[in-house]
Amino acid sequence: MPSLKSLRVRINSVKSTQKITKAMKMVAASKLRRAQEAAEAARPYAERMASIMASLSAAQTGSDTAPKLMIGTGKDQVHLLIVATAERGLCGAFNSSIVKLARRKVEELTAAGKTVKILCVGKKGRDQLRRDHASKIIDTVDLSKAKRVGFAEAQEIADRALAMFEAGEFDVAHVFYNNFKSVISQVPTVQQIIPAMVAGGDTAVAGPDLNGAIYEFEPDEETILDQLLPRNLSMQIYRALLENAASEQGARMSAMDNATRNAGEMIKKLTTVYNRSRQAQITKELIEIISGAEAV
Amino acid sequence: MAADSVRFELVSPEKLLLAVDAEMVVVPGEAGDFGVLPGHSPLISTIRNGVIEVTVNGAVTERIFVAGGFAEVANDKLTVLAEEATPVSKLDRAKVEAALKDAREDFEDAKDDHAKARANARVEKYTAMLEAAA
Repeated sequence: MPSLKSLRVRINSVKSTQKITKAMKMVAASKLRRAQEAAEAARPYAERMASIMASLSAAQTGSDTAPKLMIGTGKDQVHLLIVATAERGLCGAFNSSIVKLARRKVEELTAAGKTVKILCVGKKGRDQLRRDHASKIIDTVDLSKAKRVGFAEAQEIADRALAMFEAGEFDVAHVFYNNFKSVISQVPTVQQIIPAMVAGGDTAVAGPDLNGAIYEFEPDEETILDQLLPRNLSMQIYRALLENAASEQGARMSAMDNATRNAGEMIKKLTTVYNRSRQAQITKELIEIISGAEAV
Repeated sequence: MAADSVRFELVSPEKLLLAVDAEMVVVPGEAGDFGVLPGHSPLISTIRNGVIEVTVNGAVTERIFVAGGFAEVANDKLTVLAEEATPVSKLDRAKVEAALKDAREDFEDAKDDHAKARANARVEKYTAMLEAAA
């Protein structure tokens, strides 16, 4: 039986932990709102870009001169995996679920005899992947300095991937992130970004109905595609980062909510034990006094 | 079916910057400026660094500097996708000049072709910005 004092100390320490988790939950909730707003704000651009892509690729089909970013290098020997995770922990299974998905893909690809390169975004993913795939990690992008993910960060990652692609360092690129469904549900997702996936998937949007008219292109389709594809890449990475940011806060919010509830239960249990042993001690003391008085 | 106005939307990756109905919008296209009036034929064009002018009721109401991007015209609707857009009235000459100087120095210091190209793009952007601010 623990002493009354040690019980009191424990109750107090659980109480202060609960205060911290409660505060973290509130902070995550307000950050989540902001992250959701940012994701919402990025939607018009993504939609319009998808519609331009759709109009362009409709005009491009059948052409062999389409840029490599769109049709690929014709090989799929070297794969680049961009794994986006959080910079911080304490957010439930958020990081490990992405890493789990990435790991499965790595195993699948290596089993098929492909070469895998990993570009980590965020510290947590790197820490987990380093355990068994250290040799495959080529670099880590640190986002801890950026307070909010902006387009500039996404562009930097895209620039890097593009430079590598042009240098022929990989053939296919995938990005891993958590898709934000709701506060309690984030779905780890993998998306192919190079070669660009135009048709299929929920991102495919049909171009506007032109009543039979045909687009004019200035200067010409290829020049536009050449400029559009790298931007489309940055945009998709940006979208992945935004989804990830929202998911991270959502995951943290529900993790902290659970922690707060668990702390509450623990306090209740400890208080019961504390009260019981206090009463037991009083009873014991009473018995001692009474039996002492009777003996006299 | 020509309406009497063009729906103009300016979007950046971070948000929808502007959405207005305009009489005419002049866009700095890669192959030269072009004005978009109601009934314009469908067009997709790249944009160079320059100023977009929005005309409402016979007067220019908005002048916005954009650093590259895309314009799409379809069904009396003009959509401009730009990564960077600043109203001309908010451009600060001194700041732009400093940024231009900075970019020029970077260009001088650039070691490889990639860095050089990037610095050059910045020099071009700020030069255009300075012209717009004048």
